[in-house]
Formats: sequence, structure tokens, C-alpha cells
Amino acid sequence: MPRVACPTCGYHNSAPAAVCELCRSPLRGEGSGAPAAPPPRARRDFYSEQVANSRDSWVLMAAFVVLVVAVAWVAGEASGLGPAGLLFGVAFGSIGSLLAYYAGDRMVLAASGAVEAAPGREPVLHNIVEELCLASGLPKPRLHVIEAVAPNAFATGRSPAHASVAVTRGLLQKLSRDELQGVLAHELGHVRNLDMRFATLVGILVGTVALLSDWGWRSRRFRGARRSSGRAGGGLVLLALLLAIFAPLASRLIQMAISRRRELLADASAVELTRNPGGLAAALRRIAADPAGLEVANRATQHLYIVNPVKAFGMDSGALFSTHPPIEARIRILESMM
Amino acid sequence: MAALIILLVLLAVFALSLVGIYNGLVTLRNQVRNAWQQIGVQLKRRHDLIPNLVEVVKDYMGYEQETLEKVIRARNQALSATGVQGTAAAEGALTGALRSLFAVVEAYPQLKANENVARLQEELTSTENRIAFSRQFYNDMVMRYNTRLQVFPSNLIASFFGFKDEAYFEIPAAEQEPVKVDLR
Repeated sequence: MPRVACPTCGYHNSAPAAVCELCRSPLRGEGSGAPAAPPPRARRDFYSEQVANSRDSWVLMAAFVVLVVAVAWVAGEASGLGPAGLLFGVAFGSIGSLLAYYAGDRMVLAASGAVEAAPGREPVLHNIVEELCLASGLPKPRLHVIEAVAPNAFATGRSPAHASVAVTRGLLQKLSRDELQGVLAHELGHVRNLDMRFATLVGILVGTVALLSDWGWRSRRFRGARRSSGRAGGGLVLLALLLAIFAPLASRLIQMAISRRRELLADASAVELTRNPGGLAAALRRIAADPAGLEVANRATQHLYIVNPVKAFGMDSGALFSTHPPIEARIRILESMM
Repeated sequence: MAALIILLVLLAVFALSLVGIYNGLVTLRNQVRNAWQQIGVQLKRRHDLIPNLVEVVKDYMGYEQETLEKVIRARNQALSATGVQGTAAAEGALTGALRSLFAVVEAYPQLKANENVARLQEELTSTENRIAFSRQFYNDMVMRYNTRLQVFPSNLIASFFGFKDEAYFEIPAAEQEPVKVDLR
């Protein structure tokens, strides 16, 4: 089946469509001025959205594993270590990610200036989360508040039993109860879909690719003179060079594509919990329209938030490297579930 | 000899899958019952909130005694209701009575400004959501359990051991519009 990647949001369209199924931007041809009004998206339900997003993220995961094995093979051959190269790469790539897995939630919460909220102090926040835990059967996560005016929220923690949800003061003040419920349901969706675990796995693979490409290329140069009469021919050198340059780039692209899938999956999970797509859609619109910036967020934590808090991306907000799908596309999908 | 071993292995696999299906059914049935208990917990929360609400509101609402009495009557009926169908009907009536009470509250500015009323209103809004969500969870569990009773091969084991369909917590027609107790 021919798949066409959308130049705006990176979504892979299954059919030879004229406009992207996700963000409705035209797939071919820049001309003819503004794109025609998007045809109404076919009605979807949260169940099929979840199945599709879950499937797509596993397909991306499989592509990732193929990339890692290819890089490992070339790096192993080029450095003369053979298959041991793969083992070393995975081992090195895992250490940092496992650290992040077990201590990452505390690090992120501290870096964002999040303070744990006592139930008496934030009754509405605690009430809404307790309601959603009844709907999802999840244990209640720990709740934190960030004293910032920009409305935003994120979830972290390695498992549902160790989950934390943080919201900004601005989110509590600027959103209605229904909108807050939508945002918190999205965060609980991340918790239930084990997205921290998923991100850790992806992080291990990204780190492995980066290390292997770097390392394979260095060893090649160090050993180049001695091994010039060996079985490694010019073709392999060229391949190693190409992979060293492009594999880290490709792994970042896949990582971002997975991140976008998981956001859409959490949106669909939020609808499953609340059965109210309108609440989350209104909340996304309000968060995106808010002019305040979130100083405590940065490039390292931007992927966690419900809406990307780093507002300096301007033109490339829909580009291949963005951690979130375009907000308009998310709202359109939510509206198609109403 | 070989045939005997194969026969024994087949029998063992058959017995193990029987045990697995039976245990799965028991687990699901217990989850359904637990989900039902959860609804009960939330309904009790609402019953306990109502006396507080009545206490705060009654001084302001001299001319609206009838609305208040309706809420109290509906609460008492809900307290004595039994069974899934009976509980669903009585709780539906209580939801309707509460809704009309809050519609009346809208007309009293001093009442809307009262901090206690605002706090009780948040608690009741939350409780309404909790009831709705635990009912949603219960119905999802009932659907999974009833489906298991109907599909092959677990339907054979279910009917042999006398597993019965569980009832859904049906929403009475009067309750189908969303609850609006928002005073803001």
C-alpha cells in the first residue's frame, strides 16, 4: 500500500489522498494558493482512534529496531568487533535511559518547580482526578502545582502506581471544570498507556543509535590504516559514513513521530474516560491561544506537556521534528468524535 | 505407549483450559461486583451531602419549601431502594430533584455568593461525576462479563456452572440530559 508522508505534520497517509488525513494540508503541489476548505473528517470513535494510534506507534517501534540492528551491524563490521558492537551499544544506551526511568519523575518535577498539592488546598483538582480514577480504574496519582500563569500540564512516573501529574496555576484558574477534566483525562491517558515506559524504550534506542554511529565511525578511522587490506571494502566505508551521518537524524525523526502518536493516543483515551471530546477540544484551544509563556519548560521537557510550551517554534510547529501534532489537527480529531 | 502419552497430554491441556476459563469467569464476576460496590460508595457520598446542603439552603429559601422537601423525600426513597433496577430508578429521581433545587438556587443572589453553598456545589458536582463514572465503569465491566458468558467456548462452562448475566445500570430517561449544577 503506498504511503504518503505529509510535509506539514509528518503523518503517513495510507491512501493516495490529495490532503493529509491528519492535518488536512495538501500533500502534493504547493501552488493554487490556499488549500480548499477541508472536507469534514469521517466520524471516528475513541476506540478505533486508540487502535490506530497504538498500531502506528508499534510500527514505528519496529522500524526503529531495524534501524538499530542495521547501524549496529555496520558499526560492528567497520570497527572489527562484529556482533559484540550491538551489545556494547545497547548497554551504553540503556544506562542513561534507565536512570531517567527510575529518577526522571523527581528530576522533571523539581526542574519544573512543581510543588505537591495537599487535598485541602486544591479541592477541585483532587476531586476531578479522583472522578477520573473511578472512570479508569487507575490508582490516584500524586498531584503537583506549578506556580506559573501559562496554562499547561504534564504527567510523569514509571508506572501507574508511581505516577505524578503536574498542572500550572494558570490551568486551574483559566479553564472551566469540563476543560480541566479533559486535560487531566489526557494526562491519565498517558499514565494508563504507559507512555513513560514507551518513551524510555525509545530513548534507549535513540541513545544506542547515536553511540553506535559515533563509535563505529571513530573505530573505522583508528583502524583504517591497519585493516585496509581486510574484508572491509570501500562500499562498507561509504555505508558507515552515510549511517554515521544519517542514522542519528533518522532516529530523532522516528522518536518525534512516536511522540506525536502517543499524544493522539492520550487524546483518544481522554475521550474514552470522559465521553466528552468537547471539554478537551475547548481546553486545547484555550491553552494554545494563551499568550503567556512557561519559563520552567525547556527543550528537554517540552515533549511532556499537553501542549508544547516552547512557543518559539513559529513556522515549524508542524515540522517533522515537533513533539506534538498540530493543535488544529488534534482539535479536528476530537471534534470528529463528538 | 506413544498414543497413551499423547492422549494424556491432550487431556491435561483440556483440563487446564477448563480451569483457566472457569477462573477467568470468577475473576470477572468479582470485578463486576466490586464495580457495583463502588457505585454504592459514591451514592452514599451523595446521600450524606444532602442534609448539609438542605441545612445551608433552607434559611434563604422561605418560599421554596416544596423543592427542598422533594429533595429530602427523594433521598429517603433512594436510601431504602434495593436491587440494580430499583436503585437506578430512585437515584434518577434524586438527581432530578437536585437539579431543580439548583435551578432555584440560581434565582437567589445571596445564596450564590455564599461560600458554603459554593463548596457544597463543587462537592455535589464532583459526586455527580463520580456516580456517572463509576456507573460507566460498572457497565463496561458488565459488558465484558456478559460477553464472556455468551461467546464460545466459555458459554458452555458458564451455563454448566450456572453463571448468570449481570444487569446494566440503566439511565432513567429523565436523567439523560447532563446535570447542570453550575452556579458560576
